Amino acid sequence: MEETITNNQIIDIERSVLSMVNVHAKAQLDQMQWPTTRDEEWKYTRTGRITKESWMVSPIQSNAPWQSLQIENLDVYTIVIINGQFYSQASTLPTAAGITIDTIAPQERIATSFGHFFEALQAAYCTSHLRIVIADKVQMDRPIHLIHFNDGQKVLSQPTLTIEVGAFAKASFIESFGSNSTEQSFGNRKLNIHVGENAHVTFDKIQDLHDNDFLMNDDQVHIAKSAQFTINTLTIDGGWTRNQLHISLDGENIEASLNGCYLPRRNQLVDNHTKVDHRFAHCNSHELYKGLLNDRSTGVFNGKVHVHLDAQKTNAYQQNANILLSDEAQMNSKPELEIYADDVKCSHGSTTGQLDDEAMFYLQSRGLSPDNARRLLTTAFINDVLNHVENEAVRAHVIQRLEQEGLLYH
Amino acid sequence: MSDEILDHITNKEYEFGFVTPIESDKIAAGLNEDVIRLISSKKNEPEWLLNWRLEAYAIWEKMNEPTWAHVQYKKPDFQGISYYAAPKQKPQLNSLDEIDPELRRTMEKLGISMEEQKRLSGVAVDFVMDSVSVATSFKEKLGELGIIFCSISEAIQEHPDLVRKYIGAVVPRTDNFYAALNSAVFTDGSFCYIPKGVRCPMELSTYFRINEGGTGQFERTLVIADEGSYVSYLEGCTAPQRDENQLHAAVVELVALGDAEIKYSTVQNWYPGDKDGKGGVFNFVTKRGLCDGNRSKISWTQVETGSAITWKYPSCILKGDYSVGEFYSVAVTNHMQQADTGTKMIHLGKNTTSTIISKGISAGKSQNSYRGLVQINKSAEHSRNFSQCDSLLMTDRCGAHTFPYIEVKNKSSKVEHEATTSKIGEDQIFYCLQRGLDQEQAISMIVNGYAKEVLNKLPMEFAVEAQKLLAISLEGSVG
Amino acid sequence: MLHIKGLEAKIEDKEILRGLSLDVKPGEVHAIMGPNGSGKSTLASVLAGREDYEVTAGEVQFNGKDLLDMAPEIRSREGLFLAFQYPVEIPGVSNMNFLKAAVAEKRKHLGLEPLSAKEFLKLVSEKSKLVELDGQLANRAVNEGFSGGEKKRNEIFQMAMLEPTLGILDETDSGLDIDALRIVANGVNALRSPERSFVLITHYQRLLDYIVPDFVHVLYKGRIVKSGTKELALELEEKGYDWIKEEVDAHA
Repeated sequence: MEETITNNQIIDIERSVLSMVNVHAKAQLDQMQWPTTRDEEWKYTRTGRITKESWMVSPIQSNAPWQSLQIENLDVYTIVIINGQFYSQASTLPTAAGITIDTIAPQERIATSFGHFFEALQAAYCTSHLRIVIADKVQMDRPIHLIHFNDGQKVLSQPTLTIEVGAFAKASFIESFGSNSTEQSFGNRKLNIHVGENAHVTFDKIQDLHDNDFLMNDDQVHIAKSAQFTINTLTIDGGWTRNQLHISLDGENIEASLNGCYLPRRNQLVDNHTKVDHRFAHCNSHELYKGLLNDRSTGVFNGKVHVHLDAQKTNAYQQNANILLSDEAQMNSKPELEIYADDVKCSHGSTTGQLDDEAMFYLQSRGLSPDNARRLLTTAFINDVLNHVENEAVRAHVIQRLEQEGLLYH
Repeated sequence: MSDEILDHITNKEYEFGFVTPIESDKIAAGLNEDVIRLISSKKNEPEWLLNWRLEAYAIWEKMNEPTWAHVQYKKPDFQGISYYAAPKQKPQLNSLDEIDPELRRTMEKLGISMEEQKRLSGVAVDFVMDSVSVATSFKEKLGELGIIFCSISEAIQEHPDLVRKYIGAVVPRTDNFYAALNSAVFTDGSFCYIPKGVRCPMELSTYFRINEGGTGQFERTLVIADEGSYVSYLEGCTAPQRDENQLHAAVVELVALGDAEIKYSTVQNWYPGDKDGKGGVFNFVTKRGLCDGNRSKISWTQVETGSAITWKYPSCILKGDYSVGEFYSVAVTNHMQQADTGTKMIHLGKNTTSTIISKGISAGKSQNSYRGLVQINKSAEHSRNFSQCDSLLMTDRCGAHTFPYIEVKNKSSKVEHEATTSKIGEDQIFYCLQRGLDQEQAISMIVNGYAKEVLNKLPMEFAVEAQKLLAISLEGSVG
Repeated sequence: MLHIKGLEAKIEDKEILRGLSLDVKPGEVHAIMGPNGSGKSTLASVLAGREDYEVTAGEVQFNGKDLLDMAPEIRSREGLFLAFQYPVEIPGVSNMNFLKAAVAEKRKHLGLEPLSAKEFLKLVSEKSKLVELDGQLANRAVNEGFSGGEKKRNEIFQMAMLEPTLGILDETDSGLDIDALRIVANGVNALRSPERSFVLITHYQRLLDYIVPDFVHVLYKGRIVKSGTKELALELEEKGYDWIKEEVDAHA
C-alpha cells in the first residue's frame, strides 16, 4: 500500500506510516509547493535534488550501526532514532524522578498551521514524535544524547522532538545525525524546545552525514525569563543541509547564544537560517557562525535579529565570517537587523575572504607545508566556534572528526 | 524633552512647501499609447524614440509593482496622474533674463538665484520644473570645452546619436516597474557629456521641482564621461506641500568609460508629508552607473531627508578592471516617513573595489531600512568591498532595519560588512546642554557629527545645505 | 553665589543626597572630599541638571536665582560649568565648532554681540595656552580619541573659553599623571579670580597640593559631616576616612 505526496509525486509512504498521517497537515500540504529560489527564504538554496527522488519510510533496522555516532569518554543517556523512529530497545533512558520521556500518538498531536512546505510535510508524515519533559528544578547528572541514524534505501525520516525544561532546571543535549554511506536519505527533523524560567540549557547538534544525504532541521526555541540557552550547530559532513533556527526570547533577562560552523566541500550545500526574536527588555543574544568552503560547495547564512517594540536595553550581536578556499566555492551571506526599539545595542558583521597571505607566508617560512599552514589557520578560524561547545568530550569528538576529514589540524 | 517644545517644533511647516503660481500646459490625467504619442509629439521627438517609449509601455503593462521593500503605502493610481505639465513660456530661451519672473522667484526661494550661482560659485544649473527643463546656465562656457550640458529633450534634438547609444544601456526598460514606466513617459531631465580627457571645471547641477498638483515627475538623466574625463554632478529636489501623494519615478544612468570619473551627489528634500503621514512624495527612483572602462570610478553621495516613501538604490556595475564604485548615504526619516534605500555593487571586472557607507537616522514613527547587494562574480578576481551601515534611533517608536545581501563567488576577493544600531547618546546631549547649547542644537550637532563621513563627500556648497536640512528634518525628533 | 540648603536627591528610588547644605561665596575655592559612594558625583550632576536624578527636597540658589528651576543649558549660560569626570566623545563634531556654538549661545544669553571669527580664534589661541593644549586638539572631534589627560585638559580649556562664575570639577584629577595634573591645576589657578568660585570634587588630597582650597568639606552618606580648611585634607590623607565614618555612625 502506497501513498504519493501532493504535487510532486515523489514520496512514497509505506503502509506502516499511513496511520500516522496528520490529515490537517496533509490538507495544507496539498495547497503548498516545494520552495524555489524565487522565494526570498530560499533565494540561494535549491530543493530540486530532493524533489527528483522517491523517498520511502523504512522500518527500524536493528543492526543499523548507530554506535558509530557515540562520543568517546562521555557518560550520557542515549535516545536512538533509526530511520526517524524511536528505537527504545537500543536507548538508555534516565530513570530518576522528574524526567519523563515518551512518544506521542498521532491522534494526540495538535494540528497547527504551517509556515512552510517542509514543516507541513514533516507534520503530515511524521515518523515518530518523542517528548522529553524535565521537571522544575531538576539538575540532570549527564547529557541526553539523541542519535539519528538513517539506514535503508532512500529513507525518509521525519521525527518530531519536543523538549520541555522546567523552571530552574539544568539540562544539556547532544544531537547527532548519521547515515549509512552507501544509501541516500532525506531527514526532515522538527524540534521544539521550551526553556523554563531561570533554566539553563545547552544543545549541541553534530551533523555528520554523507554526500548523498539531505537534512532539514527546523528548530523552534522558546525561552522564558531569566533563562540561559546555548545552541551550537556543527555541520561536519552532508550533501545538503539546511538549518532553520528560530529563537524566541519570551521574557526579560535572557541570555541566548547561537553558534555554528560549516565546512562544505565537493558539491555540498550548507544553509543556516537563524532568527532571534527579542520580545522583551534586558535580553542579550550572541551569534557567531563561521564557514570554511572548498571545492564547488555553497554556503548560505541568513541571520535575522528582530527587536520588537519596547524590547529596550536589548544587546544583540551577530557575526558571520567565511573563508573561501576555492574559486568554485560560493558564499551568500545576509545578516539582517530589524529594530523597533531605540535603547538598544545591536550590531552585525559579515566577512568573506581568503586566508591571510601574510600569515600563510609566515608559517611557510617557518617550515610548514602550504597544506599544513592552511590547516593551522583554518583550525584557528573554526576554533572560535568550537570554543563555545562547553562539553570537552563533544568538542574533542568534533575536532577528531574534522581531522579525519582532513579539514583541521590540531 | 518637554512636550511643549516638541509641540512647538513638530508643527513646523515644510520650508519649501510653496506653490509657484505659473500658468502651465498640463494634459489630462491617464496613461495609454495616445498619451505617449502626445508627449512624444509635443517634444517633437524622432520616430525611434517614440517606438522605444511604446515598447517600454508594453513592457510596463505586463509588470507588477514591486512589493519586497520594507514600506507600506497605498499604491498610486497610475490613471489618475497627468503625465505632462510644462510651465507655459516661450519655447526657446536665449538668455536667463527671458525666464518667467515667477519662475525666477521660485528658483530664488530655493536658494539658487541664477545670478548668484553664476557670479559666485561657478555652478552650472539645469532647472527642471514638473516635467520640463527650463534653464541651463553656463552653456556657452562649457561648450568651449566640448562639454554638453542641456536638457535631455534638447539632447534628443541636438545629439540624437549619443542619446540613442546610451539611453537604456545601463537601466534597461525591462529593469523594473518604475524604470519601464519612466521610459514610456519621461518628459525631460538633464543630459551631460564630457569629452575625452576633459576635466569639467565646475560642478554641474540640476534642480528638480514638482509644482503642479496631480502630476508625476518622470525625469531622465543621462551622464556620459568619456575616457579620462571627470565630472561632479549635483542634484537637488523639492516639491510643494500637497495633501495628495505625488509620484516621482526618475531614472538616472551614468556611464564612465576608461579612466573616467563621475561623482554624483543628491540632496533629496521632496515633501515628506505632514506629521500624520498625509501627503508627500513617493520617490521610486532607479539610479545606476556603469563603470564600463578600466580604472573608471563612479561615486554616489546622497542625503535623503524628504519623501513620504523612498525606494532608491543607486548602484554601480563594475565592469572595467580596477574600476571603483562608492556609495555614501545619509537617510533621515521622521514622523511617518518610510525609506528603503541602499545600493548594489556588482563586481564583474578584476581588482574592482567598492565602498559603502550608509548612515540611517530614524525619528518619530518612521521606518528606515538599508537594503544592499554586494555581488562578487567569479570573473571579479581580487576584488574588495567594505560596507559600514549604521543606524541611529531617536525615539522608541521608530524602526531601523538592515538587509544586506552578500554574494561572493571567488576566493581571491574580500568582502567586509559591518552594521550597528544604537540610540542617540543621552550623555552626549547632556554634555552639550552643560556647555550651554539647547536640545535642538545638541541633536543637530551630534547627528551632523554622526553623518560627517558622508557629508564630507559632498561638494562644499551642497554640504552646507545638507547640514541645514538634517537639522530641519530632525527638529523635535527626540522623544 | 551658591547656596545649597537641605538638598535631597535620589536616583531610581535610591536616596543619595540626604540634606546637603553648602555656601560658596565669590572667589572661594571649596573642596568636597569623601569616600566612594558618598554622593560627590551626584552633587555635581544635580547641580548641572542631569535628568536621571530627582531632587526631592531642598533648594539651590545660584547668583540669587533658583538653580533647580533652570534647564541644564540655562544653568550653563548663567555661569555654571561642570568639568566632567568622564567627558563623553562626540564623533564627527569638531571641538572648534562645538565651542563656537557654546560661546555664541552664552553671549546671546548675556545680550552680548557675537564674536567675529577673528576674535574667536584669538580667544582660542589665548586660552589653549593655559592648559598647554596642542592646537591640533582644537580641530579634532570632541574628546574623540583623546587620552585621559587630553580630555581633562580639554575640559579646563572649555571652562576658560566659557568664563563661568562657578566651576565644578568632578574628580578632575582621576586618571591623570603628575605632569597632566600640574597642567590642569595651573590652568585652574590661572582662572581663579575674586568673582569666580570653584567646587573641587575629589577623592584624594593630591589635587589640593596644586589647587589650594579655602575650605574642605567631607561628604558622607549624602551630607556634609565635617568642614575645615586645607589642613583637614591633609588629615584625611594621613588617616583615611574611617575615623570620620566611625564618628558619624556613632552619632547616628
